[in-house]
Amino acid sequence: MSAFKDAGHLFRFAGLFVLAFLVFLVVRHYVVPKSFGEYGHYRGAAIGEIADHPIKFAGHETCEGCHTDILDVKKAGKHAHVNCEACHGALANHADDPSIKPVLPDTAVLCARCHTASAAKPKGFPQVVPADHMGGGAPCETCHNPHSPALDSAPNPTGTPGGAK
Amino acid sequence: MNITRRQMLILLPAAAVAWESVLAGTPEAAPNYKMSDHWWGMLIDISKCIGCGNCVRACQTENDVPDGFFRTWVERYNVSDENMTSPTVISPDGGKEGFPVAVEDGEKYFFVPKMCNHCADSPCTQVCPVGATFISPDGVVLIDQTYCLGCAYCVQACPYGCRYIHPQKEVADKCTLCYHRITKGLTTACCEACPTGARQLADLKNPKDPIHEFLKTHNVQVLKPQMSTGAKVFYNDLDGSVR
Repeated sequence: MSAFKDAGHLFRFAGLFVLAFLVFLVVRHYVVPKSFGEYGHYRGAAIGEIADHPIKFAGHETCEGCHTDILDVKKAGKHAHVNCEACHGALANHADDPSIKPVLPDTAVLCARCHTASAAKPKGFPQVVPADHMGGGAPCETCHNPHSPALDSAPNPTGTPGGAK
Repeated sequence: MNITRRQMLILLPAAAVAWESVLAGTPEAAPNYKMSDHWWGMLIDISKCIGCGNCVRACQTENDVPDGFFRTWVERYNVSDENMTSPTVISPDGGKEGFPVAVEDGEKYFFVPKMCNHCADSPCTQVCPVGATFISPDGVVLIDQTYCLGCAYCVQACPYGCRYIHPQKEVADKCTLCYHRITKGLTTACCEACPTGARQLADLKNPKDPIHEFLKTHNVQVLKPQMSTGAKVFYNDLDGSVR
């Protein structure tokens, strides 16, 4: 043991290092979130938290589950590939609780957004100049059924947005 | 059992490390959704975009995006024949309520929807000093907003301008590719609301996804390919003037 003679101060110093390391481990244990590093250099649980965000757009499959009559009209028309909530807006709350009645969209704004003529729109896309179209004053749904807008395919004499009954 | 001081010194840290992994527990498995089975991206078909702003409004509704900030927005390009390198670009309120009418004047006009490109080698995740933003195992660039400091390094790092500091939360915010929807089998809000099918969610790991056939048969480009970000938002019919 002569080699460690007068070496007590070195052991005390080493002991301090070890103590500091243990304190580091304890502190680290409490400050680093449990799931940190699960998939990479981030908190793995964050993925699940982001996935828990509430859904506002129910998706057209949900709408079609109940509104089969509208689906049949829509399937045959030019708007077959336009999803319900593209026009009606987010309606997951209505799908969850059908007593919440959605507000019908204003066709003057809605139809114009897509169909107002503009040089920037793709050439084959059906476009009108609203001011020149039918004198400019008639609401679109007077002649067009929004769910099947071509005049020859589905006349809409009653002007009800849901289609002639 | 006799343990010497030396053995004790070796054992203590090892035991502490082992105990820590015990406390951490096993990761929680999400039902019916395996992250390793997906690699998400998006297809945007410029030739189908009509600039209606449905995607912008749907995104703001679905994700509670504050007014004046955008996770997705639409730009209208106007390119004249002789000056292709400096197009005139407008995006009034992100194109949320549509665009002013473009009058036919012989010049080229078209719409370009923009959003986070969910880059596979994203510059934004690399600059985060605290590990608050990351690429999820299924290829979506996400932000852990409880961890973000709001330093905005990532906002500056994104070459596409897709991030912003949320005015109320004061942390970085961006497109999550509607992670809460795609993990439940739904498409994103912008795709759901797009009336012309100009936006299509794409799962690059799903061999049955029509994206593979589309990429094979069309001239598809990503934005700023020279930056090698590994962008996964693919643009069909993209004009060379788009930045």
